[in-house]
Amino acid sequence: MMLMKRRDFLKVGAAAGAVASLYGCAGGGKAGGHVVVVGGGYGGATVAKYLRMWSEGGVQVTLIERNPTFISCPISNLVIGGMKTMEDITVSYDGLKNTWGVRVVQDEVTAVTPEKRSISLKSGGSMSYDRLVLSPGVDFMFDQIPGLNNAAAQSKILHAWKAGAQTVALRQQLVSMKDGGTYAIAIPKAPYRCPPGPYERASLVADYFKHNKPKSKVVILDANEDVTSKKGLFTKAWKDLYGGILEYRNNSEVKDVDVASNTAILEFDKFKADVLNVIPPQRAGAIAAQSGLKLINQRWVDVNWLSMESTSTPGIHVLGDAVFPAPTMPKSGHMANQHGKLAAAAILNLLAGQEPNPAPVVMNTCYSFVDAKNVIHVASVHQYDPATKAPQPVKGAGGISAARNEIEAKAAMGWARNIWADMLA
Amino acid sequence: MKPFAPIAALCLLAFASTSQAADPNLGRNLAATCANCHGTNGNAIKGSGLDVLAGMEKAKILQKLADFRSGDKPATIMHQISKGYTEAQLDLIAGYFAGQK
Repeated sequence: MMLMKRRDFLKVGAAAGAVASLYGCAGGGKAGGHVVVVGGGYGGATVAKYLRMWSEGGVQVTLIERNPTFISCPISNLVIGGMKTMEDITVSYDGLKNTWGVRVVQDEVTAVTPEKRSISLKSGGSMSYDRLVLSPGVDFMFDQIPGLNNAAAQSKILHAWKAGAQTVALRQQLVSMKDGGTYAIAIPKAPYRCPPGPYERASLVADYFKHNKPKSKVVILDANEDVTSKKGLFTKAWKDLYGGILEYRNNSEVKDVDVASNTAILEFDKFKADVLNVIPPQRAGAIAAQSGLKLINQRWVDVNWLSMESTSTPGIHVLGDAVFPAPTMPKSGHMANQHGKLAAAAILNLLAGQEPNPAPVVMNTCYSFVDAKNVIHVASVHQYDPATKAPQPVKGAGGISAARNEIEAKAAMGWARNIWADMLA
Repeated sequence: MKPFAPIAALCLLAFASTSQAADPNLGRNLAATCANCHGTNGNAIKGSGLDVLAGMEKAKILQKLADFRSGDKPATIMHQISKGYTEAQLDLIAGYFAGQK
């Protein structure tokens, strides 16, 4: 399916937008108008493409993203382990531009003015919208770890929890580390982005050490009481594959760091590492709070699950890791993509003067590598429940792998290729 | 600005009449939940190891799904995912993919 060239759609889109904002309702007809999407990750790229595809070019879409290309968090632990390269996890925005006619603007949004339906851009100027979608991902709460709350500390003690320069830098720290050294990864209390991700990373670093630096150790400092995802499968892999290499410590919340000595400071203990990788506590990307959206626990955006619209601010939809999750719903790229489709369908209905689909469904699939060749999954399906006004996990559906296996390593890479195309191609 | 009042009334009517009915795009929306792995509109990337569902006969898709649910067809993950949808939803999904190119 090939849509109109960008220049043509801008003319049509502008006219449709003018009509939609004049009348506020298309009387059950076709959707028109201008949707601005902030953030081109798993949620934002998906909603941009699906709005264009499902409206057959009738809705004008502008995607504002600060980075020049999409770099995937899923699969990035394989770059840290040395099994994949940055090129393998980088995808261009050209498909969104050329195939789907999305206007992709490399910029940052500095302010949202909901009452004027307008945003301000870092490069100057502003832009108006009929509907705004925020897919800002997470921001790190460095103030919770005082020693990390400055740029110099953050360039030494890395999170690498947003794929990009930090992914490369953490890989470099591991390559430079002497054999016999210790890599420690600190996990914040749930909820955080990608529940199984830290355990996958620890496993792949252990795999790298096993084959390249066999005297070295991996230590997981987990703020949680126990492994938060795929527990049995991870702990079995650690016992079978990394005995004497990988150590798991629960209830080990990092409260502070001493940057000079690369030491994690826990409540009653300290841990000095050669490579210290601290994943800080997280909250919705700052633009959510700046826009005045209602947050839960001062961290996550409260949304209406029929439309992903903010419960406090009409016309603003929020996707992905930034939202307060429904019961058992993970903060994952796969789920953000599903939020994007739910929002696209709802926005098109709203722009056409119709109510959103009253029975949406979202689902999650998440593959984790426990070594270079073996993978484990967790899957779930969530059906909207009118009584709780939230998607609820379907009992008897979903689950985890029976055991780690090589077939699912192929499935994981197939998943990556297809979801990147589903968002961006 | 005369057009406003009647059009606003039409909007209200539209809301009232559609509030109980199923969304006409339900099949499309449900099928989109499969696209992360099976490709947009069921067009999985060739060589990615995932079944292309676009254009597959509806009865064949429904049979595969039924076999996943019963356990007759061995699977790594689809036996778990297929149980998350009602039979009516699977029927809509299969119908949508069958109609895709």
